[in-house]
Amino acid sequence: MSKYILKRIALMIPTLIGAGILVFFLMRLIPGDVCELRFAGTGLYVDQEQIDVCRTQLGIDRPIFIQFADFMIGFFTFDFGESMWTGNPIIEEVGLRFELSLQVAIMATIVAIIIAIPLGAISAIYQDTWLDYAVRTFSIAGIAIPSFWFGIMIILGLLIFTNWMTGVPWMPPIEYRPIWVDPVHNISQLIWPAVATGYRYSAVATRMTRSALLEVLREDYIRTARAKGLVEKIVINRHALKNAMLPVVTIIGIEFAFLMGGLVVTEQVFNLNGLGKLFVESVNNHDYAMTQALVMLVVLIFVVTNFVIDLCYAWLDPRIRYS
Amino acid sequence: MTTTSESSLESQIEDLDAKPSIGEAIVKMARKQPVGVAGLAVVILMIIAAIFAPWLTPYHPEYNDFASMLTAPNLEYLMGTDQFGRDIFTRILYGARTALLVGFVAASVGAVVGMVLGVASAYFGGLFDLILQRVMDVFMAFPLIILAMAVVATLGPGTQNVIIAITIPFIPQCARVVRSNALAIREIPYVDAARALGFGHTRIILRHMAPNVVAPFLILFTAFVGQAILLEASLSYLGMGVQEPTPAWGLMLQGGAEEYAESAPWVAIWPGVAISLAVFGFNLFGDALRDTLDPRLRSR
Repeated sequence: MSKYILKRIALMIPTLIGAGILVFFLMRLIPGDVCELRFAGTGLYVDQEQIDVCRTQLGIDRPIFIQFADFMIGFFTFDFGESMWTGNPIIEEVGLRFELSLQVAIMATIVAIIIAIPLGAISAIYQDTWLDYAVRTFSIAGIAIPSFWFGIMIILGLLIFTNWMTGVPWMPPIEYRPIWVDPVHNISQLIWPAVATGYRYSAVATRMTRSALLEVLREDYIRTARAKGLVEKIVINRHALKNAMLPVVTIIGIEFAFLMGGLVVTEQVFNLNGLGKLFVESVNNHDYAMTQALVMLVVLIFVVTNFVIDLCYAWLDPRIRYS
Repeated sequence: MTTTSESSLESQIEDLDAKPSIGEAIVKMARKQPVGVAGLAVVILMIIAAIFAPWLTPYHPEYNDFASMLTAPNLEYLMGTDQFGRDIFTRILYGARTALLVGFVAASVGAVVGMVLGVASAYFGGLFDLILQRVMDVFMAFPLIILAMAVVATLGPGTQNVIIAITIPFIPQCARVVRSNALAIREIPYVDAARALGFGHTRIILRHMAPNVVAPFLILFTAFVGQAILLEASLSYLGMGVQEPTPAWGLMLQGGAEEYAESAPWVAIWPGVAISLAVFGFNLFGDALRDTLDPRLRSR
């Protein structure tokens, strides 16, 4: 097992370095750097000297390979440096927003699980009935409906509904308060983006639950359980559903790693100051350091999630370890 | 289980007869896959809207009627007007052109390049395969939209660059799936036979191996068109995609839609319905296609 773990870790490193190369050079190809953009924003006349001073300060006038080495060493020692736009340490800027994005991500995952597992199970148990078709249509719709539009519709629905109920339209609060400071305020703000992201996220998990459960229901031990007279409810809950959960947990894990992508758009709709919004801003500001750090964070989350999933599989199935 | 084996037996028997005509094949598919046909109908409707847009509406997509801004849907303006007095129905019709252009070009280029790379990777194996797979791993570690945004930031916004940005993330996805299918094909003797006959690598890859991975290719292709339409809408919504005044569904939701959500909900509703319906259509059709072409992947 330890040999397998070492091999898996060794495979992670080229992916991380490759992602580093990709984002680093992609950012360098963008015409106009952060210094030009910063002075362009002031609207005043700037001479080349000022731009050069700014570039020297940020270290972006150094040879490109030295900059790259600097960035990679920084990444592997968890030193991301400062944002090129605000000048604050990146760790600080990310830390400010990480809590919010992580909370939305976790809540979206919970929403997805609450939707996916019961619906997937219903769909499998009543295979090829109208119930099954309804669930499948619902889940395909989840993939088809853009989460930002769904978000807009949620806001619109809230406005109309509260206006009709109380005569005063109500919108989710804009200002963020941590959940332990003001839980009601916090939840009433973040539940909507979590639903908008979670519905989309649930679609894949619902389909996976359905197909995994269908496979398990054909196993011999299910027939045995039924033959010994167990109630159908117990057969499904105890024997079938539990064994069907492995691929579902995998897909939820992988999707969690990609949730960051979904948040980029959802945070825009709900005007949340999270990591997704920070990413959009840093790309627009040509803030190399910030964009690189955020991309590497997402890739790192993805690689580590995959690593953990693979370890679970290897632990459960010895054939993988020795292949 | 019994139904699948029965139907495969049935199809085997049918194969013994002459090949059915295209018309018969469509009728057969309609009976087996009513949902897929519904998806296809949506796709065809969208193509008709895109081609015949100028005949279906009296307005130009960029025509501003400043006298009737944010007008509610009526007989003159079927879906109302936006904050610039443009007819929303017209912009939805013309928006189908943008969506289909981006969807089809990005999906075809991405799927074809991915297929060639995937087959080549399986065919050559060894170091070439190893390096290519590691490169693909890198691309696959990025969420689609983040990679697309980085590419748009580099190239600048605009329809053409959006297509490139959406194509790039598709390549590794297709390459990965095609490679695993092609690995099995490489072991089949006709590839050895082709090699023994002295055919070049290019010929073996393009003429002997690629046609045999057409099923996964087509399945991925339809899925990609739907994804590309969604991705283009997301990028345009973020202001990093298609630019004004080009009519595009995602763009129609940017800016005005949220601001006027309460007073003029039609601005926000219709473009989203169009996006959802289009992606829904391609997904349903893709699912049916997958069930028909590759029964092993059924109901996953």
